[in-house]
Amino acid sequence: MLEGILIGLQTALSFQNLMVVIGGCLIGTFIGMLPGLGPMSIIAIMIPVAITMGDPSAALILLAGVYYGAIFGGSTSSILLNAPGVAGTVASSFDGYPMARQGKAGKALTIAAIASFAGGTIGAILLMIFAPMLSSVALLFHSAEYFALMVVGLSAIAAFAGPGQVTKALMMTVLGLIMATVGEGALFNLPRFTAGIMDLQSGFGFITLAMAMFALPEAIFLVLKPKNLGEDGGDIKNLRISRAEAKAIAPVIGRQSVQGFFIGVLPGAGATIASFLGYAVERNIAPKAEQEEFGKGSIKGLAAPESANNAACTGSFVPLLTLGIPGSGTTAILLGALIALNVTPGPRLMVDEPQIFWAVIMSMFIGNLVLLILNLPLIPYIAKLLAIPRNYLIPFILFFTLMGAYIGQNNATELLLLVGFGVCGIALKFANYPLPPLLIGFILGGMMEDNFSRSMQLYGGPSFIFERPMTLVLLLVAACLILLPTLRARRGKKA
Amino acid sequence: MALDRWIALVLLGICIVYGYTAWFTMDGNLAPFMRRNPIWPSTFPKVLSIFGIIASLVILLGIEKGEQKIGEIDHRRLTDYFLGQAILLLLLMVAYALCLRPLGFLFSTSAFLMIGSLILGERKFHVLIPVALIATGAVWYLVQEVLGIFLRPLPLFLGV
Repeated sequence: MLEGILIGLQTALSFQNLMVVIGGCLIGTFIGMLPGLGPMSIIAIMIPVAITMGDPSAALILLAGVYYGAIFGGSTSSILLNAPGVAGTVASSFDGYPMARQGKAGKALTIAAIASFAGGTIGAILLMIFAPMLSSVALLFHSAEYFALMVVGLSAIAAFAGPGQVTKALMMTVLGLIMATVGEGALFNLPRFTAGIMDLQSGFGFITLAMAMFALPEAIFLVLKPKNLGEDGGDIKNLRISRAEAKAIAPVIGRQSVQGFFIGVLPGAGATIASFLGYAVERNIAPKAEQEEFGKGSIKGLAAPESANNAACTGSFVPLLTLGIPGSGTTAILLGALIALNVTPGPRLMVDEPQIFWAVIMSMFIGNLVLLILNLPLIPYIAKLLAIPRNYLIPFILFFTLMGAYIGQNNATELLLLVGFGVCGIALKFANYPLPPLLIGFILGGMMEDNFSRSMQLYGGPSFIFERPMTLVLLLVAACLILLPTLRARRGKKA
Repeated sequence: MALDRWIALVLLGICIVYGYTAWFTMDGNLAPFMRRNPIWPSTFPKVLSIFGIIASLVILLGIEKGEQKIGEIDHRRLTDYFLGQAILLLLLMVAYALCLRPLGFLFSTSAFLMIGSLILGERKFHVLIPVALIATGAVWYLVQEVLGIFLRPLPLFLGV
């Protein structure tokens, strides 16, 4: 491991990569504050830039920096304006916004920055310890297990859709998988479902789909229902926290960083679940008097989701880097970027390209530190970006959405597809269909079919399901993950 | 019928067409040697079509009971929101997609940003025009000159 750490440090600390991580953090923070552009959209926008860089290590370091920056940026708008740009920072607004309204915006942002730093750093340490272990276990996996594992990942996503929404999430996952079959498959080399359209020969572009399903609907929702951005900034000058406050939040940050990390490792969980769970746990274990402060400006209530969501984001890199399975929508986009960079994610990554693997981990430490150092003094200034009038902000968001899709494929047809899919995304959002499963299904679809096909060829049919016990176990786990929430919901109704 | 069920109906249609292609038309041109394989290009789509049809039917028939949540925006009262602006912006995006190549990046983008702001109610032309022009120039320089991704700057008829 020490050798790997040294390789990673050498790569991450090169002047170019240091600049890349600093740039990534800054870009992520600034754009992450803009409602309509969560980490997923920002990473999708930055992918063409990353791919153009050529060097996979630098590209991944850039995207990791953007990721962390975007999460911190999202927290900033949550706290100052009660306008969380992403689901993962919603819990931060429960106590962060009341703090800002009480004139403690500076303190709230400082707590958020420190909790994010601690969560990310503890997460990176855990990643260093557990990723190699998971990676060695993953080496035992064959195509049959990979196929089953992807089914587990997909079904877990569906199970997290909440009561009464499991089928919708499943439908979205299947739709994503269906869209992934359009074009030429890797194993068959035959065009499928292209309707004779040449532009569809290579399938749908994943950046186009990501933009259409996330950035565009969010921007259009902002047009439909304008939010008063920049009105309630509060006093953000006082950034200091007292020793007693530091003492109070330290154990919260420690607990939630560990809990958040392990939740993030689970495919389908991620920052949103981690932050809500972290908030709920801390509220439940707090003394009664402090419990009542939750929701009214409790520093513990802010520190818990902030550290948990950052640790979960780091945790989601474990299945991504060691198994090639995205644990969230954002890591699904990162997986697409890895593939575009000719990096095969999975257990061989650590063996074949250790400089990439370890450089990403080291850049997490550096990125977190950079975020803390750069953002604390910048807090009063960066918040002013949110004051950009909506009349200018929204056209720019839409323009960057279009550019993301255009630069990725250099094809104007993609822009029409983007608008078409975007309208579909808006309709789906109106009807409360969860959109992340669609994208995860789309990205996993190709790999899932390849592994399924390979297993079918190796075993001469679907007998691999029964001949490989691990595959069977994983598929049973997937079945439980699909059925349990529905059964629980029914039992809850009966009670 | 609720919007989610209408969408389920559309998805059911998509899955039926997809399934029909996978089950009945796709294997027609399959090479003889491929027919001996345990897996065909249509195998995975066949499985997906079944799952898709079942899931859409479950939603359509309301078999899975859950709370009817209204999202961030109530689609039944769309006229209460800035619907016209949203539609115009979507149309502007389509126009941008169609004009990007023939009119070039610089003209299309600056027009897009200006018209987009106008649609949203901006009338300060002395701010709007310079912002759009500077942003367009900056993005073009970054993408074309710094990142090396070709973006035709001027209209097609100028041959650049």
